[in-house]
Amino acid sequence: MKYVADIVVTLKRSILDPQGDAVRSALKSMGYTGVQDVRIGKRIEVRLEAADEAECRQTVDEMCAKLLANTVMETYDFSIREAPRE
Amino acid sequence: MKFGIVVFPGSNCDKDVQTAARAVGHDADFIWHTDTSVDGFDCLVLPGGFSYGDYLRTAAIARFSPVMEPVARYAASGRPVIGICNGFQVLLEAGLLPGAMLRNTSCKFVCKPQRIRVESTRTPFTRKFRQGQVITLPIAHGDGNYYIDGETLEQMERGGRVVFRYCDESGEPTPESNPNGSLNNIAGICNNAGNVLGMMPHPERAAEGILGGADGRLLLESVAQWVQGGGKIG
Repeated sequence: MKYVADIVVTLKRSILDPQGDAVRSALKSMGYTGVQDVRIGKRIEVRLEAADEAECRQTVDEMCAKLLANTVMETYDFSIREAPRE
Repeated sequence: MKFGIVVFPGSNCDKDVQTAARAVGHDADFIWHTDTSVDGFDCLVLPGGFSYGDYLRTAAIARFSPVMEPVARYAASGRPVIGICNGFQVLLEAGLLPGAMLRNTSCKFVCKPQRIRVESTRTPFTRKFRQGQVITLPIAHGDGNYYIDGETLEQMERGGRVVFRYCDESGEPTPESNPNGSLNNIAGICNNAGNVLGMMPHPERAAEGILGGADGRLLLESVAQWVQGGGKIG
């Protein structure tokens, strides 16, 4: 089966995000006074083949832990869907 | 004494390290990132630069280079390994040193001479410095904001594993003299055994007076003296 994994990597909540802070103050100065907090992360899309969804999930989790995120400072989350037929 | 300089695609301080090693009277040769042996070298240096373009995260991809397995074995055997700037980031990503690098709090790439205080002279890399000596080395990085969890930070501080700290001209590690937001003004750390050093400042860019400073020489001379003396920690 072909799958698409949508992975989002963000800095841990406990860690200051200087880029997010800069964007937050930009939004505020633009008049969006309701903005409370901005966190910036990365979205990574991986297309892969796996026997089934469980195997796909396990593989993606491993990829995140080993390479795509640095768990010292980041957390990750992902969703998996079947790839649309071409 | 022969330094081995690990070259990744995107390393750009490799030649500077070689020139600095030669300036202090030692030999230095390059090790390509696909090499699977680091035999024949007395000290390894992972130089600065932008390995693999720093895509994804600084040093995230470099740490999976084939050469990193023999580098890890070399480090585990107690022989000296220095990671400078991007090389420091590679050592962090590879787990040879604890912690991680965040974006500078200013969100800017900082490139300037920086005062640094020598916090420990017990490492192979700092034995020729004086305890508390204030030196000036160039820094040049966008992601040098050292981060580690509080518990490990405390262990490192107690264990004397903070080797260099950013400071002002009087040697005080003030918030104003911290160029990137690093916890406790940390500029360089070593592992438990003391034989693996990671530092953001560039000693190789300050190894000859004509370059504006020679404080970096002592680091290379220290490790050379240590190796030539038999290489015992302590």
